[in-house]
Amino acid sequence: MAEPLNLLWLQSGGCGGCTLSLLNAEQPGLFDRFADAGIRLLWHPSLSEETGDEALAILVACAEGRERVDLLCIEGSLMTGPHGSGRFHILAGTGRPMVDWVRDLAGRAGQVLAVGSCAAWGGITASGPNPGGATGLQYDGETPGGLLGRDFRSASGLPVVNVAGCPIHPGWVLDTLQAIAMGRFGAAEMDALQRPRLYADHLVHHGCPRNEYYEFKASAGKPSDQGCLMENLGCKGTQAHADCNIRLWNGSGSCLRGGYACIRCTEPRFEAPGHPYAETPKVAGIPIGLPADMPRAWFVALAALSKSATPKRVRENAVSDHIVTPPAAKTGVK
Amino acid sequence: MKVEKRIVGPFNRVEGDLEVHLDIVDERVESARISASLYRGFEEMLPGRVPADALFIVPRICGICSVSQSIAAVAALRELAGATPARNGQLAECLIGACENLADHLTHFYLFFMPDFARAAYAGRPWFGPVAARFRAIQGDAARDVLPARAAFMHLMGVLAGKWPHSQSLHPGGSARPLAQPDVLQVITLLRDFRRFLETHLFGDRLENVAQLASLDELERWRGQGGGDLRGFLAVAADLGLGQLGQASNRFLSYGAYATPEGRYWPAGLWDGEVQPLDIAAISEDVSHAWLEGDALPPAEGRTRPQPDKAEAYTWCKAPRYRGQVVETGALARQMVAGQPLVRAMVAAQGGSVTARVMARMLELAILVPEMEAWARQIEPGAPWCTTAELPDEGRAVGLTEAARGSLGHWLTVKQGRIARYQIVAPTTWNFSPRDAGAQPGALEQALAGLAVPGGELTAVQHIVRSFDPCMACTVH
Repeated sequence: MAEPLNLLWLQSGGCGGCTLSLLNAEQPGLFDRFADAGIRLLWHPSLSEETGDEALAILVACAEGRERVDLLCIEGSLMTGPHGSGRFHILAGTGRPMVDWVRDLAGRAGQVLAVGSCAAWGGITASGPNPGGATGLQYDGETPGGLLGRDFRSASGLPVVNVAGCPIHPGWVLDTLQAIAMGRFGAAEMDALQRPRLYADHLVHHGCPRNEYYEFKASAGKPSDQGCLMENLGCKGTQAHADCNIRLWNGSGSCLRGGYACIRCTEPRFEAPGHPYAETPKVAGIPIGLPADMPRAWFVALAALSKSATPKRVRENAVSDHIVTPPAAKTGVK
Repeated sequence: MKVEKRIVGPFNRVEGDLEVHLDIVDERVESARISASLYRGFEEMLPGRVPADALFIVPRICGICSVSQSIAAVAALRELAGATPARNGQLAECLIGACENLADHLTHFYLFFMPDFARAAYAGRPWFGPVAARFRAIQGDAARDVLPARAAFMHLMGVLAGKWPHSQSLHPGGSARPLAQPDVLQVITLLRDFRRFLETHLFGDRLENVAQLASLDELERWRGQGGGDLRGFLAVAADLGLGQLGQASNRFLSYGAYATPEGRYWPAGLWDGEVQPLDIAAISEDVSHAWLEGDALPPAEGRTRPQPDKAEAYTWCKAPRYRGQVVETGALARQMVAGQPLVRAMVAAQGGSVTARVMARMLELAILVPEMEAWARQIEPGAPWCTTAELPDEGRAVGLTEAARGSLGHWLTVKQGRIARYQIVAPTTWNFSPRDAGAQPGALEQALAGLAVPGGELTAVQHIVRSFDPCMACTVH
């Protein structure tokens, strides 16, 4: 069997939620999945035995090139503040800013992965005035650059792989790592924002169980309504790249299945929507954020047509928290 | 006299970034300073947003207390709106809050805390072989049992909250995720399945039998009566004297947990030799040793402005105090305030120790799963899930809840329809606070002072620090 790939995982300006989501991996569980993919965890801040000096010995060996780092996963924003010093995150026990550690380690790594939207773009940690100077590894919001710069390439020749999401679905990270380990991941497997196409070629809208309501523009008016969340409650599932309603979360879930809007958390600057998250901005009663690749006039015309054709069943169920009008059953005829 | 300064960091298998400074004199910790080494600034990010945006942003303060952050924000907005939530929505809030907290207890025990007993330092102990094989980090066979069980339990979040972490299903009026009959049946089924895991692997006994343990004698008898991972821990704890390790202030705070339609399932209060009513006006946050500007303030007036060059500071963590005193929060505190008899007996005998903190978490697992089964059975498909809640343009409110690791509060001020101030006091802000202006060390700093570290061996430090189940992401936020 081939030598396993060494994976080093570090966390900076985030919430740790991508790691916690990763622990939701199933069939098999996380550690078996790593083993099956031929991946050896060198060190992970939440999972490894080594702490303090033992952990530092590993990190130093990696930074000095004495330990091979095939895969470097960074979770959380990179904290450049205050005033570019990086002191908002000193790697504990080292007196040294985490951004300096990440620069050094990225230069040694076979492949660098940004795990989650914080590491990819800055994410929620860059909200508002961005008090911490949070940035992504190779993007600052939509702008290429970030901590490592737009020209950064890891030893594999690829730029940073942006496994964006807030949090990530465990499958997005594990499939990407497995594809890399199997030699099945190259530039063609990434979209224009360097996200793995294995999940970013879909829209959150795909597989949404509210699809019939969407078709007829039968919209929810308030939380707990069953209707489409796009027209009134801020849903951006038709614009957000991810397979959340195909590859479900925690067994059977997704944001839309949980009753709340997609806030396009896999996209740069989702933390600054420019309007309240749970309200759809409109001009003359028409949502501004229409499906990206659909001509506006067509959308408006189709919406008007489908609204006028909405079955009573769909119209009534859309504004209820349970099915008030079930689909009619054919009876009495053999 | 041999004087030594030690820094332990990165202190891992805790949530977030932690550095522990120890002054060791003649192989004994003379004093400890705890440093939270990451600042993000959520309290600077939230002002200017509409209040409802907090429901999307605050869960992302923390990936392990995500729902608890939601519940605190929902409670604050609920108070602001004067809303009465739908009964089904309240049950959903209790269920997903309990799901997160119990999953956290499990994660803590199996993945964060127990692996330290597989360290080579214990190779000579009689229990080492089986304990190391079961709990060694990443390789131990317990992980192969617990990860699938935890992930399956988390299917509850898929059904009730869309996903975990970072759900937005909870609202001031209740829950945006209505359950139909098959969903309720699935929740009940998932809970039965989780119960089976706990009874088979963790307790080796019925949950109800564990929940009823009421004295040290009963616990000692129970320990000799079977297998399971908790009994394994108790044997280790007895051998290593973990019941004598890690006492902090022995003053315990709980905001009360699980706001059921009938009131909080576990009550709010302060234990200081006896239970006193909770007085939130008694809470203030000192910043004398944090890299932050200003003086001690109540959270409703709180400020968060970095001052990175402040000379006497050593952490980004504020120092919350209750009537100026250091208190401990967490499962142990919750059960002290709730009057769980075994926990009270443990603290009466040896104070708040490593063993008592772990045992309190295990008891919560045993007590709460049956209660969750009861909550699920009370759900009425077809009855309302979410009432309308109009948020006013001006006002102040406080949202209090209990995360797995203790008391979490959000203090909110709204002006002209926008958040004007948002202050968060998190569980580990209490437990891992630095010294205050009166030089009182925080709870963990007290728990480490006096610890014998023969030969400079710091494994006991690992146990004490992790016994609090710290969440550093929440701590500074």
